[in-house]
Amino acid sequence: MTQVIVNGLYLGAQYALIALGLTLIFALMNVLNFAHGQMYVFGGFITYTVYGQLHLPFVVALACSGVTLAIIGGLFERLLFRTVIRRSVRDESTMLLAAGTAFFLDAVILLLFGEKQRGVPKIINGVLNVDWLIMPYDKIAVGVIALVLIASFMAYMQFSRPGRAMRALAQDRVAAQLMGVNVDRYSMIGFALGAMLAGVVGGLLVAITGVNSGIGGPISIKAFLMVMIGGAGVVGGAIAGGFILGMLESVGLSVLHAHGDITYLVIFAALMVFLSIRPNGLMGKPWG
Amino acid sequence: MSSTASKLSALALFLVVAFLLVPWLIAVSGRSDLYYTLTSVALLSIASAGVWLTFFIGRINIGQGAYALLGGYVSAILVTVGGVSFWLSLPLAGLLCAGLSILIGLPILRLRGVYFAMVTLVLTEVARLAALAVPLTNGARGITDIPPPGPIRLFGVTLLPDFATLANPRQAFYFVAVTLMVLVFAGVYRLVHSRIGQLCLSLQQNEELASSIGVNIAELRIIAYAISSFLGGIGGAMFVAIAQSIYPSSFAVTDSVNFMLNCFLGGLGYVVGPVVGTFVLYFGWDFLFRTGAFQLLIYSMVLIALMVALPNGILSLFAPRRKES
Repeated sequence: MTQVIVNGLYLGAQYALIALGLTLIFALMNVLNFAHGQMYVFGGFITYTVYGQLHLPFVVALACSGVTLAIIGGLFERLLFRTVIRRSVRDESTMLLAAGTAFFLDAVILLLFGEKQRGVPKIINGVLNVDWLIMPYDKIAVGVIALVLIASFMAYMQFSRPGRAMRALAQDRVAAQLMGVNVDRYSMIGFALGAMLAGVVGGLLVAITGVNSGIGGPISIKAFLMVMIGGAGVVGGAIAGGFILGMLESVGLSVLHAHGDITYLVIFAALMVFLSIRPNGLMGKPWG
Repeated sequence: MSSTASKLSALALFLVVAFLLVPWLIAVSGRSDLYYTLTSVALLSIASAGVWLTFFIGRINIGQGAYALLGGYVSAILVTVGGVSFWLSLPLAGLLCAGLSILIGLPILRLRGVYFAMVTLVLTEVARLAALAVPLTNGARGITDIPPPGPIRLFGVTLLPDFATLANPRQAFYFVAVTLMVLVFAGVYRLVHSRIGQLCLSLQQNEELASSIGVNIAELRIIAYAISSFLGGIGGAMFVAIAQSIYPSSFAVTDSVNFMLNCFLGGLGYVVGPVVGTFVLYFGWDFLFRTGAFQLLIYSMVLIALMVALPNGILSLFAPRRKES
């Protein structure tokens, strides 16, 4: 059972990072970033190229993934989302755009990296084997990096000047603008930051599970699940949602594996009941 | 512009084009494969009409693929296992989808905005997983060799012949699908311009206010969602009859997203928006097939460009500064 819980924590740390990026973009722009999973895959492939092919250190590869995705995210916001948000009658119109960018990234990934499953050599060899736990060292390393990233992201949002500006934006866009926050600039930074998180997680996980061009959609769906559990647009909610889903998945797989692939069916049924009691998730804003 | 006469003449023009001009052009050019494409457009736009209806009450529905899949499986199982006539299974599939959507809708319709969007998106994925897990659906192998629709006889008069005996079943499917599409959109148009439609419009604008005036918002949104799912179900069932097979991946998340895109692209403010959107997206995708590996890239770039240029839908081109319900 300890094994299952540790696995859940490990999964949860990954998931929380993915959900953080999604929820950040949503909080700042009211945009549901359909392309989040694709950004994750893109980050994975960049790490694969830099670490697996060019044999540079893993940390450099992670940084490359992060920076590339930050640039992509920033450009998306600056060139596309800002224009559409300004000109459309209903703010849901950004969803078409978001779906369009998801298709676009899918196409770029297919053209650049092909459709094969890619993996990289292990970052650390060996397995931790004590009497109550068996866990490969590289999984532990990835889990710890993820936790450190979550902590530093929270610290950044809490204490830095851009972080404070973004929190103000998420709380009340107009009021933040009146207080002299440069709304356009911080929207762009926020979008870039969210995309960067997706890219970094992709890079992290390529060391464990590998990456292929088809997993973008399922990853987006998992991210949506976490955000729904925790509540959209709230940092704490995303983290809670990530860990809860990771735990549910880990426990579900070990308890329900005898009945076939029904873990996610059960999770969804539970989610429906949960949402009928708390429509905004654990700590979401009342307005979605 | 909005007079009944001009709308009726537009409908008449469409009927002439769809039932006379298109078959004639296809007969002349000999490209009978276009029948299949046009039938698909008609059926997909029926499912998209359902999504449009949920947009009309202010909900973003990305779960239509789930109901299309369910409708398809219900019809396929009824026809292959139960031996029911396809034409009976079609409304049954729709009704079952509507019934299930009431059960699912009761909790999830309380959600708004992106919450509803996300939960419906997850619903699509769940439908696929369920189709894989339930023994009745035959898992990943799906149901194949579904017999074509049989005849409809009423009091000894053959209204529709047996599709298996037809020389050109594609054309027959085309006629049936377009007829169904016209009926559906006439129904949706009627609904939108009825008292219920006006009430739905009030839901789209402000649910609290509508509720405080005494509009039963819970009932209205269930009705709208049930009709939406009904349309998804019959669209899916009809599609399966044409493909004569169904797999868990027949309607996936991509299809759900496409149904939503059809509505956006055509324009959310126009009843016929889904038809225009489906037509443009489907033909655009088909047309780009010859570009090979770059198909998705060009398609997505055109989509993004269209969205940036016309964020309120293609139909907003023809009616500037006019907000129609």
